[in-house]
Amino acid sequence: MALRKFLDGIEPEFEKGGRYERWYAVYEAIDTILYTPGKLTATSSHVRDAVDLKRVMSTVWLCAFFPMFAGMYFTGLHATIAMEQMGIEQLAGWRGFIVELIAGYNPESWWHCVVYGAVFYVPIYIVTFAVGAFWEILFSIKRGHEINEGFFVTSILFSLIVPASIPLWQVALGISFGVVIGKEIFGGTGKNFLNPALTGRAFLFFAYPAEISGDAVWTAVDGFSGATPLGIAAISGMEGVTNAVTWMDAFIGNIQGSVGETSTLAIFIGGAILLITKTASWRIMLGVFLGMVGMSLIFNLVGSDTNPVFAMPWYWHLVLGGFAFGMVYMATDPVSASMTNTGKWIFGALIGVMCVLIRVINPAFPEGIMLAILFVNLCAPLIDWAVVRANIKRRVARGHR
Amino acid sequence: MSNVKEILFDPVFNNNPIGLQILGICSALAVTTQMSVALVMCIALTFVCAFSNLFISLIRNQIPSSIRIIVQMAIIASLVIVVDQILGAVAYETSKQLTVFVGLIITNCIVMGRAEAFAMQNPPVISFVDGVGNGLGYSIVLMVVATIRELFGSGSLFGFEVLTLVNNGGWYNPMGLMLLAPSAFFIIGLLIWALRSCKTEQIEEAEYEIGGHTALSRA
Repeated sequence: MALRKFLDGIEPEFEKGGRYERWYAVYEAIDTILYTPGKLTATSSHVRDAVDLKRVMSTVWLCAFFPMFAGMYFTGLHATIAMEQMGIEQLAGWRGFIVELIAGYNPESWWHCVVYGAVFYVPIYIVTFAVGAFWEILFSIKRGHEINEGFFVTSILFSLIVPASIPLWQVALGISFGVVIGKEIFGGTGKNFLNPALTGRAFLFFAYPAEISGDAVWTAVDGFSGATPLGIAAISGMEGVTNAVTWMDAFIGNIQGSVGETSTLAIFIGGAILLITKTASWRIMLGVFLGMVGMSLIFNLVGSDTNPVFAMPWYWHLVLGGFAFGMVYMATDPVSASMTNTGKWIFGALIGVMCVLIRVINPAFPEGIMLAILFVNLCAPLIDWAVVRANIKRRVARGHR
Repeated sequence: MSNVKEILFDPVFNNNPIGLQILGICSALAVTTQMSVALVMCIALTFVCAFSNLFISLIRNQIPSSIRIIVQMAIIASLVIVVDQILGAVAYETSKQLTVFVGLIITNCIVMGRAEAFAMQNPPVISFVDGVGNGLGYSIVLMVVATIRELFGSGSLFGFEVLTLVNNGGWYNPMGLMLLAPSAFFIIGLLIWALRSCKTEQIEEAEYEIGGHTALSRA
């Protein structure tokens, strides 16, 4: 293994007293990306598996590829159909050049669609990764942390929850905010009480509402306007939604939305792998799901003459907007979620309830999953505290009997 | 006279009421979307702070300790009413933009804090200087925050367009967040971070040690 030898050979330079001591974090990051970390738990441990942060994060990262490819396909599909409708012949600039070089603008060809989606999505991901990694490395070197694969997850999740047509400088700004304010100032990986990817997106949402919400941003063709189903629901209710898309369309992902959030099917495939590998907590996922079902049933029962969203059934809430993506990839972030098992149920249910609550009641936000997760992230320590206290109380009471 | 100078300029950087004592945050969030409004607020607060310190210090030996807060409040409230009336007469538009926040100077922790902590123990002139100094400390933070918020939120400084907005055919895309109150939180937080990085003696002692990332790094 020449590479291993090379890395071992240069390692002394990066250790304490070495020439490049300051850059140890970078060396360490490259080493652990290429190889399993050499450090092992030294004390007696109760770990049943060789699973580590690296493997957990890499699993999530790989699972996010399902919604990513589905998202690229549907981005391309919508865009090429929109181009046909509007009579636009080609895409301007370097993006058009690449599309024409290796594919075309035929919406029937899946290859053409994926390529079209890729020329929009890949730059977003590259910018997210480069800018985020810059901050990550800067703080790691300054504070002597390790750079770990957690950022792989943050970066891919962030890039999947923005619209395909977003300007790249906003992507850079958003991920900077997410990584620095959402994570690093609280001490870096493992110390953040908010989901960094969602923090970055929330920043963009409030800083540049025109580029990240509304009707004009979801399809990557200039001047095309298409509302998300949730946007339609807020105006004309379920009737408007069912006129625009079928449930199956929404499930497979053939709807307007951010890159990665549209295809519930792809998200569930990724989610299934996360559950089978026990990477994500099934308690949180089920909690979110049940909270959403419960709250939407309540709204269905209550009903409203003035607010048409009340009538939206739970199986529509599930497939529209970012609910599925939030449930599978965002709410299950182990750092910002509750730690205790009971806490995870409460944490998840609260997210589901809040999400439906914001979607239905608040006219300013057609979608609520982002704010719901961030809000409940803030409550997670409190939930854990209450669960632990309750347990102590119960055990003390048992002792007195 | 070095003492006077110290009392005047200490609150600007070394003992800033917002930056170090974290007082008077509410108005710093509320009135900093426009520089002109923030400037009026700064002048109003500096005025109230200086004169309330002066008057309270003048009668400090006559104030019975048990009702001193009420007496202080009466003086501060009278001054605030004077400021409010003057603003209404001289700068009506600005006073409308400031809405309740001029009235709320009464409850501004900086004014009350200086009256209680400084003016009650010190002679009038030096108390007046202390009031001006703390007003300056407040003002400098407010003006920095307002500069950042107005520049990035509306592309202008004191109402003059510096960065041409996209709407007006320019290139700058205004950041809507800057016009919302939370942005002031972020900016003040980052300012405090910067201030404490320069003046490390302002860093508070940690209440507990944050553990390492792994069991190993702690060992």
